Amino acid sequence: MSSRNEILKRVRAAQPTLIPMPADLTSTAAGDVHKFTEVLQGIGGRVVLMEPDEEVPQKLKELFPSANRVVSSIRSLEAFFLHDHAQLDHHSLEDVDIAVIEAQFGVAENGAVWVTEQDTIIRVLPFIAEHLVVLLDKASFVADMHQAYQRVAYDAYGFGVFIAGPSKTADIEQSLVLGAHGPKSMTILVRS
Amino acid sequence: MQSSRDNHSTLAERFNKDEARVSWHDQTLWWIRQKRDKAAWSLGEEWEGLRSQASQIKAHTLSNLSGYLEEFEANAIANGAIVHWAADAKEHNEIVHKILQDNKVTQLVKSKSMLTEECHLNPYLETHGIDVVDTDLGERIVQLANEAPSHIVLPCIHWKKEEIGELFHKHLATPAGNADPSFLTNAARIHLRDKFLTRRVAITGVNFAIAETGEFVVCTNEGNADMGAHLSDVHIACMGIEKLIPLRRHLGVFLRLLARSATGQPVTTYSSHFRKPRQGQQLHIVLVDNGRSQQLAKEDFRNSLKCIRCGACFNTCPVYRRSGGHSYHTAVAGPIGSILAPNLDMKQYADLPFASTLCGSCTNVCPVKIDIHDQLYKWRQVLTKEGYSPKTKTVAMKTMAATLSKPGLFSFAGKWARRIMRIAPWLVNNKMNPWYKQRNMPAAPKQSFTEWYKTNRNKDKK
Repeated sequence: MSSRNEILKRVRAAQPTLIPMPADLTSTAAGDVHKFTEVLQGIGGRVVLMEPDEEVPQKLKELFPSANRVVSSIRSLEAFFLHDHAQLDHHSLEDVDIAVIEAQFGVAENGAVWVTEQDTIIRVLPFIAEHLVVLLDKASFVADMHQAYQRVAYDAYGFGVFIAGPSKTADIEQSLVLGAHGPKSMTILVRS
Repeated sequence: MQSSRDNHSTLAERFNKDEARVSWHDQTLWWIRQKRDKAAWSLGEEWEGLRSQASQIKAHTLSNLSGYLEEFEANAIANGAIVHWAADAKEHNEIVHKILQDNKVTQLVKSKSMLTEECHLNPYLETHGIDVVDTDLGERIVQLANEAPSHIVLPCIHWKKEEIGELFHKHLATPAGNADPSFLTNAARIHLRDKFLTRRVAITGVNFAIAETGEFVVCTNEGNADMGAHLSDVHIACMGIEKLIPLRRHLGVFLRLLARSATGQPVTTYSSHFRKPRQGQQLHIVLVDNGRSQQLAKEDFRNSLKCIRCGACFNTCPVYRRSGGHSYHTAVAGPIGSILAPNLDMKQYADLPFASTLCGSCTNVCPVKIDIHDQLYKWRQVLTKEGYSPKTKTVAMKTMAATLSKPGLFSFAGKWARRIMRIAPWLVNNKMNPWYKQRNMPAAPKQSFTEWYKTNRNKDKK
């Protein structure tokens, strides 16, 4: 505690006269699924548009025919829902092939989706699975990060994350490799 | 290993021995700089507005840093985090060690944190019997090789894939001779996944801390910070006090700039906002000064604290690209490191502000508009005044000053220099002349500008 007061004292003495905070940048552009799709594909993700009569479980079977363990944080996906999430050891999700979660909205300029702890129930879920599938409504797109933060400016989440594509690295001679520590692919299922 | 007496030019000279490697290093970084340009230009006119906005938000924050630190602390505590304050590197390391002792832990995973590099946390913990595993792929590579990162965003940019293949063969038992990046990355994935699943403590860095909410944001592409933090019982986040920004919505500005400036991506794969500990988890935040308040007090150098550690100034710097990160002998290399390091130790880092051509490219690409090359120039003046400028440079500068102040001597010296370069080029093209290293001297002109002017002026008159 002694360092705290000492540091604050030094900072107070060092900082210049107050410089005003600039007014916020705003944007009026509209976000849409087309721009989002183009950007996400550019960074290794994919967007699949679902027909109104298509069901998620069938779609998953079609996209990932050989998946063994599929789990979801979405209650309505009864067959995949993590019913035992309250007791579950999170490490046990280590062999999950596909995690299915719902995102709150997508950001067209960078292909990111916003997800909080409420959406994933278990924080590590979208990171530990081999493949990530995200459900999103067609109407849920903003143009850029300014609009994104307008939406979440006062949300009281414990943990929230923008996810843009599969986990990746280019640390070895700048060769892009998908699937560094997290999912090797990211699929967005857009519901009309 | 380098000795403590090696300066930038000695270390750069060593790096320059392998010319093919220097060209490769240079071109790789220039390619990343070009990706950055493309990403920046894709935003059109918005880009410059974002840079100004980011710079102004940081200027405002620094002018009320004490207030924002207190606000951040209060909100973080209300969120359930435990906040620690460290005046210097030593105290930071002791705080982290104490948390480990309290939890009876001797092994941990760590995601990228240049602050912990600056504080030399790894060697400190290792002497206390703690096993630290760096989980960023590039950082793991240099850790296995017992090296420090050579770049803040691309830690092993100086390594060739064949060398990484050999390193992994030795440490991770991959087949000899396999240098395929996908294969090696997957080997590291398997190796590190085991660490994520078995370590109870995770250390992460912090990209931004929000005063308004007491939360902090960590940006990665690999997902290693999240794998570590979400699977741990204890999460320790270490941050310099300059990481503060006032409001959550300010992240919109900074996240639009960070990845585009760093690697040319529209955003990092993961931008993780940690506000409250997971149920049953401990969340510690260590706020570190380590010279930052001292830098804040210096009007000429204060702006360096705006840095968001994107590395754009490294990638564009003609000196960094050709001298390599290790030639800077400090945790944060490149142009920004050269204006940060002398603040910590003027004597040890007196050479760094001179490791620049002052071309200004760093300033032009900086997403928060730090006047990097002006600060490099100002540091040279401070260092010279304090008597820390390199000796050979001091002698050369004094000779130069004397020659330039006497027109007769200047024209005499010029005439003889041109004559010597024509008649006896070996007198300048030799190892005694530092300008000859890795360069050819230009051909000497037959006459000086003054001579040319006199001749041509007379021609006109006729």
